[in-house]
This record gives sequence, structure tokens and C-alpha cells, in this order.
Amino acid sequence: MSKKVPFALFCAGLTVILAFPILGLNLEHKGTSLVVTGADNWTLIGVLVAALIVFVTQLLKSQIKATYQAVKPNFGGLIQRLPGEDKRKLISKLVLIALIIAALVLPFFTSRQWPDIATLVLIYVILGLGLNVVVGLAGLLDLGYVAFYAVGAYSYALLSQYFGWSFWACLPIGTLLAATFGLLLGFPVLRLRGDYLAIVTLGFGEIIRILLNNFTSITGGPNGIGNIPKPSLPFIQFEPNFEIVWLEFGRRATDGGVPFHKFFDLPYDSSLKVIVLYLIALALAVITILIIQRLIRMPVGRAWEALREDEIACRSLGLNRTAIKLSAFTIGASFAGFAGSLFAARQGFINPESFIFWESVIILAIVVLGGMGSQIGVMIAAAIVVLLQELTAEFDEYRLLAFGAIMVLMMIWKPQGLLPMKRPHIKLKQE
Amino acid sequence: MLKVDNLTMRFGGLIAVDNVSLTVGEREIVSIIGPNGAGKTTVFNCISGFYKPTDGAIEFKQMAIHGLPDFKISRLGMVRTFQHVRLFNSMTVIENLLVAQHRRVNTNLLSGLFKSPSYRKKEAEAMDRAAYWLKKVDLLPVANRSAGNLAYGQQRRLEIARCMVTEPKLLMLDEPAAGLNPKETKDLDDLIVSLKMDFDVSILLIEHDMSLVMGISDRIYVINQGAPLAQGTPQEIKDNPDVIKAYLGEE
Repeated sequence: MSKKVPFALFCAGLTVILAFPILGLNLEHKGTSLVVTGADNWTLIGVLVAALIVFVTQLLKSQIKATYQAVKPNFGGLIQRLPGEDKRKLISKLVLIALIIAALVLPFFTSRQWPDIATLVLIYVILGLGLNVVVGLAGLLDLGYVAFYAVGAYSYALLSQYFGWSFWACLPIGTLLAATFGLLLGFPVLRLRGDYLAIVTLGFGEIIRILLNNFTSITGGPNGIGNIPKPSLPFIQFEPNFEIVWLEFGRRATDGGVPFHKFFDLPYDSSLKVIVLYLIALALAVITILIIQRLIRMPVGRAWEALREDEIACRSLGLNRTAIKLSAFTIGASFAGFAGSLFAARQGFINPESFIFWESVIILAIVVLGGMGSQIGVMIAAAIVVLLQELTAEFDEYRLLAFGAIMVLMMIWKPQGLLPMKRPHIKLKQE
Repeated sequence: MLKVDNLTMRFGGLIAVDNVSLTVGEREIVSIIGPNGAGKTTVFNCISGFYKPTDGAIEFKQMAIHGLPDFKISRLGMVRTFQHVRLFNSMTVIENLLVAQHRRVNTNLLSGLFKSPSYRKKEAEAMDRAAYWLKKVDLLPVANRSAGNLAYGQQRRLEIARCMVTEPKLLMLDEPAAGLNPKETKDLDDLIVSLKMDFDVSILLIEHDMSLVMGISDRIYVINQGAPLAQGTPQEIKDNPDVIKAYLGEE
């Protein structure tokens, strides 16, 4: 302990020495010469707080480490470790980070049409990854996936229309609601297998659509719901008084927030609202990817795989197949709800026509094209399918033809999909 | 520990198992033998819950278990292997053993997503238990290979290890020596005895290899055409004229 205090003090001092000149001193033009001025008090307080945090973490480093390190029971002198990082993992991580940075910066340099299409691609990425959990990982053929997408979209649209709730409140609600629907549907039908399951889920998808179409008093029927607000972003302001301001990106505030351009005294830029939505979609897609990557490595992911391989062996080992299938179905459905809320926010207007059976087919096609179970494959396939749909809008009548041709060619050349799944294996490290 | 009373299983008009009774005590090795098609595996399927028996009672640890779903029976501490090896072929050897410990690890989604300390601890324990059993059945060098690529004898041993990581009280082995060479059969013999002596496991065994059965069994039941034919110690069975007749035919 005695040695740690000076070291922690040293680290904290270093933080101040590094941070203060960079953040706390500004160069300003005064006429022709440069003048050094001090920054405002908040910056200085920030630097001091940072130094304090460094001091405390350095002081308690070993304790923090100890709580996070797994206790290792010792069986016969064998010491094992959980799977760790190796070089390939590092490289793929770097590539991923580069991609994310590119995705963050690029929309600011393109025309406003591109971030809009990219948002749609990201919505389909989330949908594809979600369905991938059900079809690719757990091996359950779900043809009514679009129903959960509709649940997510309508829950945001209805809650915002009737109660004026914001996107950020409705996003988790839509997700949970879709998961609940998944659970309710999954419970009776998961004892069915293969083709039978596919047909029942197909029926469920149609039921939801027809229900939305006919529940005119609430959902507006075929006329749909319009004026769904775009998501706003929170901004913490300190002056004149401390409060959280919800910034909106439209020309006028509609949702009790403040328009972004007025708040910062900037000229109004109509492409900004598209870019912000794109960035939100990007964040949600990245969250989806991270969650599913963890799921694959978790016990539940192992159980999905095992259940797909040999159901009888699973049962003999005490695995409850209904519970495991249900978890896949529910988790998949919740991602559809996630994507649905985002879709409603992007469109600003939804009606049951957006959730026809054809959508389920498209999402399934994305999973199959990408390679069942493969995450990167699904992302690439989502981009291809959406771009194909958007770019060939002029040749509407030939669109299905092109789509079918691509499918046939795929099945001939790459029956496993673009990038067949390579599951990360858990390794036993031996010493 | 296990008590089966008048077990009967009908498939339509066919009586596959007819009034079979048997018991397995603590730390006992009990074998079921009989000609092909005698209904031995059907008895296994009834006990482990894969079939719902038409009639009869099955008790495990003084608890009636007939009619319970198979996964619940397995959770009570009664695990089986299969006549034809059933591994998760595309998963690695170590993953096969991790799946079997699904009930022991932390399956809470949130703690898994954030790798909470308790999740890490449970995973590490599962890894250690798996490694321990891999060492025991001599598969540690192939731990990271996919199970489908193992040699047949290794697959058989992996299946037993996969049962043992669930820490059962009763292990049911369906023809574990089928397809093994004499050396592997000898190792299996030692392994089964060690399971009984060192890990307090009772074993119910179906086997055709008579030298193995006679060598390790405490008691033997003989089934012929679904019906019980004889029971007793290995020596009694060897001398029983009915058994000789069923196996070798009449003179």
C-alpha cells in the first residue's frame, strides 16, 4: 500500500501535466498575434476530476483486478484459462474499428440520399442478424419474422401518437413487446418441427398484418399512421442552468425539444436529420452485432448449436429443448422489434403494406445469401439486397427477375452462402 | 437406487418388453444381456424417459420417475450413452463437455453479456471439470479437435466423459464396447471399475462382450424376447441351462 500512494500520485500528476496544456490553454487570435488564454472553469474541473479518477483507480488497481479475476479451482494440478485473444482476433478487431470509423465519417461527405439508404441497409442488417439467430444458429425455420418487425414499428408509432412518448422510451418497449410476442407464439409452436414450424410462423405473420389492417379504430387500418417523430438526442447543458435538452433535427420542434440549428445558432441543414438517424441506426446495429457475438460464445449459444446437431443427445444430458428453442425465438424476435422501431422512425409513416410476407422472404434471403449463421455474410448480403432493391427501382418489373437470378446463381456457385459460418470455437489452453 | 417393477412396453400389437423387473443398488455394476432384439435398449429408453412405458413402475432414489420428461430424469442424476455414438460432431471435444454442463454454468443472459465475475467463475470451473475428465479418459491431447474427427474408440470414451461431467449417480451404458478392439475393451473395463470405485457411480450396462460382462458385473439380468429369463451373479448365469439354451440353441 505504501508504495502505491506515491505511484498513484505520480499518475494523477501526469494526467494533469498532459491534460492541462491541451485542454486548459487556448491559443486565440488578437489582431495579428496569438494570445494564450485560460479555458473556462468547467474544463479545469474536468481535468481535476480525471486526475482524481486516475489516482483512485491506480490506488485500487489490484483490488479491482482481483474481483474480476475468476477464482480457479484446481483439479489435479491442471490450470486452465478461458479463451483469450490471439493475433487473428486482434486483426479482425482492428478491421472492425476501421470500418466503424469509416461508417461514422463518410455520411458527412456524400449526398443526402446515401445516408438514407445506408440507414435502410442497417435496419436490414439488424433484421438479418436477428433472424440469423433463429434460423442459422438454432435451426428453426421462421417464415413470419416480419410480424415481430411490425410489432416493433407499430408499438413506437402508436405510443408516440397516443401518448407522445419519445423514440428512446419506445425503443426498449418495442423490443420487449416483440420479445413477448415471440415468447407467446413460440410456446405452443416450438414442439413442431421443420416444415410445420415454417407454416405456422407464416400464418402468424399474416395474422398480425391482417389484424393491423382491420383494427381501423386504433391503427388506422390501410391508411397507416403518419407524423411519427424522428429521434431526438439528449444534450447536457450547464449554462444558464443545468438541464438536459432534447435536440431535434427538423426545422421546427415538434416533440417538446429544441431544434438543433436554433440551439447552436447554425443555418438549417435538412440533410442533418438523415445523417443523425443514420448514426443512431449505426449505433444500434453495432450493439446488435456485439450482443450476438457474445451470445454465440455463451452457454446458450453452445446449447443452440448442440440442439441443432443432436436433439436426442441434448435431452439425455438434461437440456430442456423447449426452453432453449424458446430463448432463440424470443431473442430473434426482440431484434426484429428493435429494427421495427427504427424503421418507423425512418419512414415517419407506416402502414401494414410494409409488413407483407414478401418482407419475411427478403430477410430470409439475406440470411441464406449471407451464409446461415455467418455474421459478416449476413451484413454483406443485407447491403446487396437493399441496394439492389433501391437502385433497380426504375426497372420495377424486372426486379424480382434479377433477384431470382441472383438466388439461382448463388445456389449453384456458393450453396453455403457468401461467407459460410465459421463458428468461434472455445479452446482449452494447456500448459 | 434404481428399482424397476413389472415394466411393460407395447408398440401396437408388439410386446417389446414384458414384465421386466430389476434393481440397481449403490455402487453396483449391473448388466443386462440377451440376444439381439431381446428388448434391452427398449428397457433403457423406458428408464431414461425416451419412451413412456405402457405399464409398470420405475423408482429412482425412492422417487417415482415414470412419465417424467427425459431431461428431468437426467437432471436427477441418471445419464445414458447410446448404442450408436451421439456426439455433437461439429463441436470440439471440449465444447461437447461444456454443453453437458449447461445446468451448472451461469446461463443468465445479462451476466453472460457482461461477463460478470460469477459467470467467469462458473465457466472456468466448467472448463476445469471438462479438462479433468478429458485427462481421465485420455483425450486431453485432442481437446480442441472437432468430435466428429475422432477415432471410434475415442468417440466412445468422449461419450462416457460427457456423461460424467454431469456428475451422475447412475450411469447407463448401451453397448459401450461395440466396435472396440481388445486393448480398448480392456481400458474400458478399467474405466468402468474406476468409475464405480473412485466416483461412487452405479452402472447399468447393456453389453454383448461376455468377457467384459462376466468380469465386472456384480449381478446380471438376462432378457429374451422381451421377457426376463434369468438373474444372478456371473457364475450363476454361466451355469444356467435356460441362458445357454437361449444363446446357443437347443442340442
